[in-house]
Amino acid sequence: MALLELDSVTRRFGGVVALDSVSLAIGEGEIAGLIGPNGAGKTTAFNVVTRLYAPDGGRLSFAGRDLLRVKPHRIVGLGIARTFQNVELFRRMTVLDNVLVGAHSRTGFGGEKEARAEALETLSYLDLAHLARRPATGLPFGTLKRVELARALVSRPRLLLLDEPAGGLNHEEVEELKGLIRRIRQDFSVTVFLVEHHMALVMSVSDRVHVLNFGRKIAEGTPAEVRENPAVVEAYLGA
Amino acid sequence: MSVGFAVRAGAFVLAVGAIALLPRFISDFRALQLGTVAIFFIALLGLNILTGHAGQISLGHGAFMGIGGYTTAVLTSDFGGLSWEMNDLATVPIAGLVAGVVGFLFGFPALRLAGVYLALATFALAVALPSLARSQKLAGITGGSEGIILPRLPPTGDWLYYVCWSFALPMFVLAWLIVRGRLGRAFRAVRESEIAAVSSGISLPLYKTVAFGISAFYAGVAGALLAIPTTAIFPDTYPVALSIILLTGVVVGGLGSLAGMAIGALFIQFIQTDGPQWLQAVLDRVGVDINETAPGVPSVLYGLLLLAVLLTARSGVAGLLARGVSVLTNRIYHRPIKRQATPSRREA
Repeated sequence: MALLELDSVTRRFGGVVALDSVSLAIGEGEIAGLIGPNGAGKTTAFNVVTRLYAPDGGRLSFAGRDLLRVKPHRIVGLGIARTFQNVELFRRMTVLDNVLVGAHSRTGFGGEKEARAEALETLSYLDLAHLARRPATGLPFGTLKRVELARALVSRPRLLLLDEPAGGLNHEEVEELKGLIRRIRQDFSVTVFLVEHHMALVMSVSDRVHVLNFGRKIAEGTPAEVRENPAVVEAYLGA
Repeated sequence: MSVGFAVRAGAFVLAVGAIALLPRFISDFRALQLGTVAIFFIALLGLNILTGHAGQISLGHGAFMGIGGYTTAVLTSDFGGLSWEMNDLATVPIAGLVAGVVGFLFGFPALRLAGVYLALATFALAVALPSLARSQKLAGITGGSEGIILPRLPPTGDWLYYVCWSFALPMFVLAWLIVRGRLGRAFRAVRESEIAAVSSGISLPLYKTVAFGISAFYAGVAGALLAIPTTAIFPDTYPVALSIILLTGVVVGGLGSLAGMAIGALFIQFIQTDGPQWLQAVLDRVGVDINETAPGVPSVLYGLLLLAVLLTARSGVAGLLARGVSVLTNRIYHRPIKRQATPSRREA
């Protein structure tokens, strides 16, 4: 059974159909890529899965549960954590506090000590421990993305949604990121679903790639299959 | 225990000692004024949790103080059909709870509003309260425009001072515990990014209404204490201007800084009453006369000082002090956490 399943999900913004009856399934343990030209509906898909947007139609399920019955703030507790395209950090809070907020769903009142230990552990996993007491504001963009990743990981998700993890990173950092994504899947036994414009990255880390164009799903398959798919080539190069 | 914690705890113990001994050295009138400072301190602590930490502006906290004050007045007096005639100090926590519940409930409509719109919605509360208290329909509870006479005779300054600070200090510790823990962190997350807070499992409705509730509880306690020395309360005991003054107190003290609220409370209490004389005393040396007793001078001075704080210290007086101190303590507070001796998995 798939871990995450979208069944004919539609979402409109006024007259624009951002998602047009999109269906896709992601298996447990997979690294899945979601690609498509600008405005194809990729981030909208993430926002629907994390319940920030309500879909206008269709069904969503995670590990057999109907996500449409789950409130947005309960999503992370179910095991879905995410990062954001333009980084949504708590800027005037320290790096450590940012990550501690990520542990909010798992720790009750009184779990503070444990939460701190796990937050610090997650920070050192991502080589950020030395920045723990620094406020997030003022750190370089690539570092902020890692802090956001730490905040997502500390919730111990089953599914990790990464919205353009390579955006704004230089060539070297992208190379590092490739290895990091694979290692995270291994070390945290997590399923990864990523939206990405950086083709080389998506094609090298993904087990399966889903392609959106103008809100419609136009292709799905292994990276090699998708690369050869005429509809995909047309979407990217234009007719 | 971190060094930062030890420094703060030490400063707190010193402050408590100073507060306990101060009345021996000042007049009863000054003690009365400083008792009122404790009242404003309590109100500012609550407003700062809401505005400084949870990021929700309120221009209506005078109304929550009024709700607290009226609760105490109703419960202590023999006015009307409901003569509980309770001890006034015993009603203070009840007044806090009543205001807290109203604040919590007010949090629900406030959920849909932010920024300027929230400011106006809360301001509506402040505007409505005196009129509601004055209205004929509620006169059976509030005494209408004649107000309610409280049973206690005007207390001495020392009495008020010790009573109010006995409430203020534990409430300061409580506020500190709230702010430094999981709850305060969630409040700040809501302030910094609602979308990221939700995605991290923080329920916006829950935390915003709780922030409103806690902060209205503080205002209610402050309003109840304010009723005691005034010995009678009227609709205009809690005027619209009070709400605005509270917000300026928080900003002057420093948004987010709890200890800074003591500075904000001193500012509120003394700038209008004593500020003009102090300024004149300084200006006398250079031979300038501002005619300090003229009407309007206190308000102008208040306004000018507020402007000066906004322009020079966006994070309030507390922020300004912290910046000065941080030059000295940077090495203590911001020492990096030692990297783990074992190689991280990344390098392994």
